[in-house]
Amino acid sequence: MDNLVFRAGGWLALAALAFMAMALAADGGFAVHMGIITIACLIVLWVTVSKADYGAIARGIIKSPADPGIYDDEPIRWGVIATLFWGMAGFAVGLYIALQLAFPVLNLGLEYTTFGRLRPLHTSAVIFAFGGNALIATSFYIVQRTCRARLAFPGLARFVFWGYQLFIVLAATGYLLGVTQSKEYAEPEWYVDLWLTIVWVSYAVVFIGTIVKRSEPHIYVANWFFLSFILTVAMLHLVNGLAMPVSLLGAKSYSAFAGVQDALTQWWYGHNAVGFFLTAGFLGMMYYFVPKQAERPVYSYRLSIIHFWSLIFLYIWAGPHHLHYTALPDWAQTLGMVFSVILWMPSWGGMINGLMTLNGAWEKIRTDPIIRMMVIALAFYGMSTFEGPMMSIKAVNSLSHYTDWTIGHVHSGALGWNGMITFAALYYLVPRLWGRQRLYSLRMVNWHFWLATFGIVLYAASMWVAGIMQGLMWREYGADGYLVYSFSEVVSAMLPMYLIRALGGLMYLAGAAIMVYNVWMTVAGKLREEKAMTETPHNEAADKPIVAQPAE
Amino acid sequence: MSTFTQKHKKLERNITLLSVFSLIAVVIGGIVEIAPLFWIDNTVEEVEGVRPYTPLELAGRNIYIREGCYTCHSQMVRPFRDEVERYGHYSLAAESMYDHPFQWGSKRTGPDLARVGGRYSDEWHVQHLIDPRSVVPESIMPPYAFLAEKDLNAGDMSAHLKAMSRVGVPYTKEAIAAANEDLVAQADAEASTTDLLARYPKAQARDFDGNPDRLTEMDALVAYLQMIGTLVDFEKGEAQEQPR
Repeated sequence: MDNLVFRAGGWLALAALAFMAMALAADGGFAVHMGIITIACLIVLWVTVSKADYGAIARGIIKSPADPGIYDDEPIRWGVIATLFWGMAGFAVGLYIALQLAFPVLNLGLEYTTFGRLRPLHTSAVIFAFGGNALIATSFYIVQRTCRARLAFPGLARFVFWGYQLFIVLAATGYLLGVTQSKEYAEPEWYVDLWLTIVWVSYAVVFIGTIVKRSEPHIYVANWFFLSFILTVAMLHLVNGLAMPVSLLGAKSYSAFAGVQDALTQWWYGHNAVGFFLTAGFLGMMYYFVPKQAERPVYSYRLSIIHFWSLIFLYIWAGPHHLHYTALPDWAQTLGMVFSVILWMPSWGGMINGLMTLNGAWEKIRTDPIIRMMVIALAFYGMSTFEGPMMSIKAVNSLSHYTDWTIGHVHSGALGWNGMITFAALYYLVPRLWGRQRLYSLRMVNWHFWLATFGIVLYAASMWVAGIMQGLMWREYGADGYLVYSFSEVVSAMLPMYLIRALGGLMYLAGAAIMVYNVWMTVAGKLREEKAMTETPHNEAADKPIVAQPAE
Repeated sequence: MSTFTQKHKKLERNITLLSVFSLIAVVIGGIVEIAPLFWIDNTVEEVEGVRPYTPLELAGRNIYIREGCYTCHSQMVRPFRDEVERYGHYSLAAESMYDHPFQWGSKRTGPDLARVGGRYSDEWHVQHLIDPRSVVPESIMPPYAFLAEKDLNAGDMSAHLKAMSRVGVPYTKEAIAAANEDLVAQADAEASTTDLLARYPKAQARDFDGNPDRLTEMDALVAYLQMIGTLVDFEKGEAQEQPR
């Protein structure tokens, strides 16, 4: 690449020199000749630039190994790097806005840096940029291996990756500039929505196209989840994004729906962004990487069938629990609550299927920090899918809604489940994608694990206390029959909890920074000399599976 | 059970069947739950007083959306004793029937704003938006001083009203044609408001930001804040709540 920049720069400089000589020429003949030389230099420059092998340059930048040619892994390598990049960006913005709530001076008095504009930047960066890139990259990796087929439409697959990055950049800069539809997790305006639709359809074409050309008759369970995630997100995005632009040359649009209907459409979308983006898609990841890393088959085939169909059928109903006791009709609220509670079961079906896959490999929790991350991810998945149904019960919701409890709930799912399973998948992928013997350091993975885990515990615990305290203070009556606390008193009571939350976020960010370093060194081909993770000798006699017979 | 898994094998080997079935599974819930809201009449019971936003209120509302106020403020009072005492009468579905998009919110880092209209003076709002902690020391709200310094550049309000009418808001042809004049007239203490009030009953017309020389974003936002939740007269509504 350096060579190309050097040569192109040289020709450009020469062209500029000749152009200046032409402009400053003392007579017409010299000016014409200098003009001819300028054009000649520009032609050579164009030939130099157009002949360059940009694919090779790009492979050089990310130190790709020579592609062995079985599977198309180049977009996945880019996806891994994008996941790390956007993850760090999203976590950092999250920490910053958490600190803004404790120290409002951090809003800086600028319109671009207020909490109101940065908050959608944080949510979109972590859900769609970090999570979305992780999903696209892992789904492309998994669908090739489980179908034993090379990626269909390789050009389109690259378009999906770069088109998705453009969507992220448009969305993110839009929030800072105040371009927003104000629909949570669907804030981008109409033209960005249209662009995402094109990218998403291309994604579906590449994914389904690869399944179509599979050489394995059976479609593996991970792909069911990815398929359902892609199709359902398309449906949600199209309906919730319906809007009337004010002008075809302006950003502003008005939602097609109003009031009650808009609210339920939005939370039908919003809850299923959780259900399909952050659950079904990530379960697809889980169903491939957990069995691979544990070197054990999926625990139960039948359970995976039952929990797949019940999960996708039930999830879509749960949206109204975001609107309890609002002006939404009562029947819709009750329906939403009932389905949310039932949803607990298929959610735990996934957790059980994942955790029980470790049957006979439980000792790996001691020796393998990547397995440990997967187990804690499933544990947090189980915890937040219990907490969610509980919070959707109307009586509980009357206390928890509008409080920081909701924020804590979301983050135990996002940091615990989505974050941890993604980190584990990335640690699994990086040495394989770059053809390295192993990760640069397993001990750093262990550090990452503990920093992230303690970070989540601080986050979730402080937000439970904050949320329940808030809910109780708002509704507290004194003996005199009057409300005890003014709103501002409740705000000041939050400060210690907001500080603990920010500390938790800082630890989580620090863990992710260690991961970035570890991945960087692995990609560079370095191996850290370090003591093994455990020195306890393996006792064969004591290591018995809980259930001896394998699943059918 | 084994016949069940045998039957399922058909789906697992056919990408078209699998796609179709998984799409059907997710479509049912949406149809049963959302579609009826559009045709069951009592979903939004009409209430006297609710009207579309004036151009200035709409411009202010667009600033409210632009700044992400909904990330910390709800506009939905739930029917609980403490909320009704703290904020005012619980919110009715009809009060947001012209809200494209809705602003019910999901979080109360700051208080609910569904009944904030008329609760504080214009001066209080302006001071609070410029420097929240100068009036509420415990507040953690960002300062919005730039609103007072920026001229209101709402674009062609007729186009805005037209887009709203295309999605079902009953703006009259006259209202759409006069949108730009109405915008200016509502924030001008000197202007005649007869036409404005005829089109938008209960509209409050005055200089909102304390600076009569300029029409700023602060004017628009305060005009919006001062009208939220004021359209329905709940004193008058009591009689209608008697058994029929």
